[in-house]
Parts: sequence; structure tokens; C-alpha cells
Amino acid sequence: MITLSGVQKSFGPNRVLRGVDLTIAKGESMVIIGGSGTGKSVLLKSVLGLVTPDAGTITLDGQDVTKGDRDAFLARFGMLFQGGALFDSLKVWENVAFRLLRGHLARPKAEAREIAIEKLRRVGLKPETADMFPAELSGGMQKRVGLARAIAASPEIIFFDEPTTGLDPIMSGVINDLIREIVVEMGATAMTITHDMSSVRAIADKVAMLHDGVIRWTGPVSEMDATPDPYVQQFIQGRATGPIAAVR
Amino acid sequence: MILTSPLASLGRATQAMLAATGRVALFAAAIVSHIFRPPFYPREFGQALMQIGWYSLPVVGLTAVFTGGALALQIYSGGARFNAEAVVPSIVAIGMVRELGPVLGGLMVAARVSSSIAAEIGTMKVTEQIDALVTLSTNPLKYLAVPRVLAATLSVPVLVAVGDAIGIAGGWMVGVQRLGFNSATYLQNTADFLEVWDVTSGLWKGAAFGFIVAVMGCYHGMNSGRGAQGVGAATKAAVVGSSVLILAANYLLTEVFFSA
Ligand SMILES: Nc1ncnc2c1ncn2[C@@H]1O[C@H](COP(=O)(O)OP(=O)(O)O)[C@@H](O)[C@H]1O
Ligand SMILES: [Mg+2]
Repeated sequence: MITLSGVQKSFGPNRVLRGVDLTIAKGESMVIIGGSGTGKSVLLKSVLGLVTPDAGTITLDGQDVTKGDRDAFLARFGMLFQGGALFDSLKVWENVAFRLLRGHLARPKAEAREIAIEKLRRVGLKPETADMFPAELSGGMQKRVGLARAIAASPEIIFFDEPTTGLDPIMSGVINDLIREIVVEMGATAMTITHDMSSVRAIADKVAMLHDGVIRWTGPVSEMDATPDPYVQQFIQGRATGPIAAVR
Repeated sequence: MILTSPLASLGRATQAMLAATGRVALFAAAIVSHIFRPPFYPREFGQALMQIGWYSLPVVGLTAVFTGGALALQIYSGGARFNAEAVVPSIVAIGMVRELGPVLGGLMVAARVSSSIAAEIGTMKVTEQIDALVTLSTNPLKYLAVPRVLAATLSVPVLVAVGDAIGIAGGWMVGVQRLGFNSATYLQNTADFLEVWDVTSGLWKGAAFGFIVAVMGCYHGMNSGRGAQGVGAATKAAVVGSSVLILAANYLLTEVFFSA
């Protein structure tokens, strides 16, 4: 279980998170929605310790994430970055198998490659892509390689930062199904950021909306459509007018 | 107020510089402490050796050959003023191995390597690759900085040695072809006056300069600002910073090595 309480983060005068409280139960698929630039990525990075919050606490299974063994902590996570964040000096399969090639999860090269190719297949990429370099792939393909890398070591907790942005509808469907499958089959806990409402419906158990630095609304996806909250309604219906300013 | 503000801004600038120096020093100390602790990344080290050592050979060699040649001409015309043209071989050799080989070699490597390290690591930073490394349980300092710093510290002395030899050869070529020295006498003179410490002191300088170049490249890359502009600024800061530091370190090392 991941718990955030009172998490705040500013960059200079820009107050991005202003006291975020959120709980993600084990084995649950939580989807974070919210306008672009509201701090969704910063929120995920705070949990991983890539961004240090100015105030508040974040715990994983009751243990403060800033204390304890960092390697053991990170080994439980997989993360898909918004821009893919592939290592461009390494081949696609070496990216996917990065964790399996070094450190205490290291295995023989041939085996790591096998696993990488299998993970690539799961995100809809042919084995031929394995020996290409990230720069040779389209943006959508890079995103899927990033996804394959995030799930390669079968982590318990997976963060997906906009997994379907930049993908065609069919590929989005494939990725949505995959995320659902990972949560259901592997019992993983997932936290996904997305703007794509079809994605929200396909993968969420619960939804949280981040707005103005706080969690504006959170609840089961089944209650999302019925909520009277005008912010959520504006967002899910994609209206230009409403309480959320279009210029920000 | 008007009178004190220039002083205040000078104070602020000095303070900022001291703070930056402290951060770089801590960064360098962290890298050194990681050199001896596993995990090690031999593949990254090998690639860094190729990039920093091998591919810098042409530029260092070219710099050395022209410098050796020019040095021979200068010393010949300067020496002619007091009938000391015969010192050309020994002064060229000493000047090359003690001073110009390491300093010019170091500066060329600063231009070539410091910039590319800063740009590469800076780009990794702005495209979240450094964050990705962390989430994959890999220490960016160990994986990115240590191999480069180690490779530069070990390979720049070799580059300096090669540069020394090429520089002396450049002086010899000009001496024999243009200034009418006897080839055998020129070489004999070079060998007679050159002491082992002349050469090794230059190699130690090379190691220090290699360390500076890679540390500055890594430091500015890892602290790069956001976007293409951030990477551009990091690259510039790495080249300027490492060049100035090389010249300052050269003076200090020369004091330590040769002031009797
Ligand atoms: N490292 C950083 N330095 C300065 N500002 C940042 C940094 N990371 C994010 N921000 C700012 O925080 C805000 C939220 O960013 P982000 O979390 O990426 O938004 P999104 O909700 O679209 O993922 C933006 O205004 C962004 O400019
Ligand atoms: Mg984002």
C-alpha cells in the first residue's frame, strides 16, 4: 500500500503540489487524471524519490520511502517515463533487459535477451526491433519499449506516465489490455497517469483527479460518471468552459 | 548604496564561485570514492577509453606537431640574438614535455571531451534518462561518471606522451629541413638534455588534466538545466571551466614540481 499525506513541492515560485493526500491499496490500479502541467509526473517522481518533496510523507507498506534500503525499495518498482527515457547508447533489447544484465537480478546474457524479446512481443513489437537503437524507432514504438522495460523484471508496483499518448487507437487498446492484465495476473499495484478517457475506463479500479496541487476528487471508476464535481465533469467531458481555466 | 553595490555584487559573485567550487570538489570526491567500490562497469569504461583516448589522438597529434615546429623556429630566431642557436633541440624537448605537451594536450581534450561528456550526460538528464537509471537501481555517478573520469585520467597521460614524441619530431623536422641542423646531432642533443623527471612530471600533469576534464564534463552534464538551452549552457560551462582549471592546476603543479 502506498500512502501520500500532505505532500508539497514547489519549483521556485511555482507551487506544484500543495498538500496531496492519496492512498493506493495493494493490487489496485489507480489512475491519475488532471490537466497538463498540474504536477502528475512530479507526483509519481516524488514517490520514487526522484523529486524530494518540500513537506509531507510518503510511505510504502507503512515504511517511510526516504528511509531504509534504497536498492531494495527501487527493485520493487517499474516505471514508464512520459518521454520513454530510453538509453540511446544501448540497443532496444539491452534497454528492456537493463535490470537483468546487471546488479543482483543479473542473469546470463542469452536468457536476458530471451526475456526482453518476450516483453517486446507483449507490447506489440516484433523481435527484429530488439537489435535496433532507440533513435531508429518512432515515438510510439519508443514508448512501448519503455513499457517493456518497466515490466521486464516483473515488479510489484508499476508506474505508467501517459502510456498511450502518441499511440494509435489500436495500439492504445493493446497497451490498456496489457496494463489490466499485469494488474490482474501478476497482482501488481499500478499507478497510471493519463488524459485518455478510454484508457481510464479500461484500466482503472480507482481514479484520482489532481487539480491546483491537491487531489480534487477520488473514487472508484464506476462512480466517476455520476459525481457532481464540476471539475471532474468538465475533464471527462472535455469541455472548454467550466471551473478549470483553459489558459494556464 | 550606489557605492557599495559594486562591492556587494562582487561579494555575491565571489560567494557563488566559492559555493560552486565546493560543489565540484564534493562531486569529485564522491566519484573518487566510487572508483574502488563495486559494481564496476567495464563495458562503459572500455567505451570511454575509446572515446576519450583513442579518438583524441589525431587532434592531440596535430596540435603537437605544429607546436613543436613553431617552437623550433621561435627558439632559433630568439637564440640567434645571443648566438645560442644550438639550444634549439634541448629547449624544444624540455618545453614540449614539461609544459606545452600536457597543457595544449589537456586544452584540446577539454575542448573535445569535456564538451561531449557534458552534452551527452546533459541530454540524458533532460530526457529523464538519468531518472530512469535511478529507477533501474543504477547509480548514475557510478555508471556514467566513474568510467569517464577513470578513462580520462588514465588515457590523457598516454596522449601527452604521444604528443611529446610528435612535438619533438615536429621540432626536429623543422630543425633539419628549415634551420640546417644535422639530424643525428639534433637527436643526440635532445636525448642528452632531457631528464626522466621532465617527462614524468608532464605525464602527471596529463593525469590531473584528464581528471579535471572528465569531472567538469560530468558535473555540468548532471546539473544541466532543462531543455536544449540547458544542455548548451552546461556544455559551455564545462569547456570554459575545465580550460581555466587546467591552466590554474598547471601553474600549481609546476610550482610543486619545479620550484626548488
Ligand atoms: N525539475 C523541474 N524543475 C522546475 N520545474 C519543474 C520540474 N519538473 C516539473 N516542473 C514544473 O512542475 C509543473 C508540473 O509538471 P509535470 O508534473 O511534468 O506536469 P504533468 O501534470 O503534465 O505531468 C510544471 O509547471 C513544470 O514546469
Ligand atoms: Mg507529465
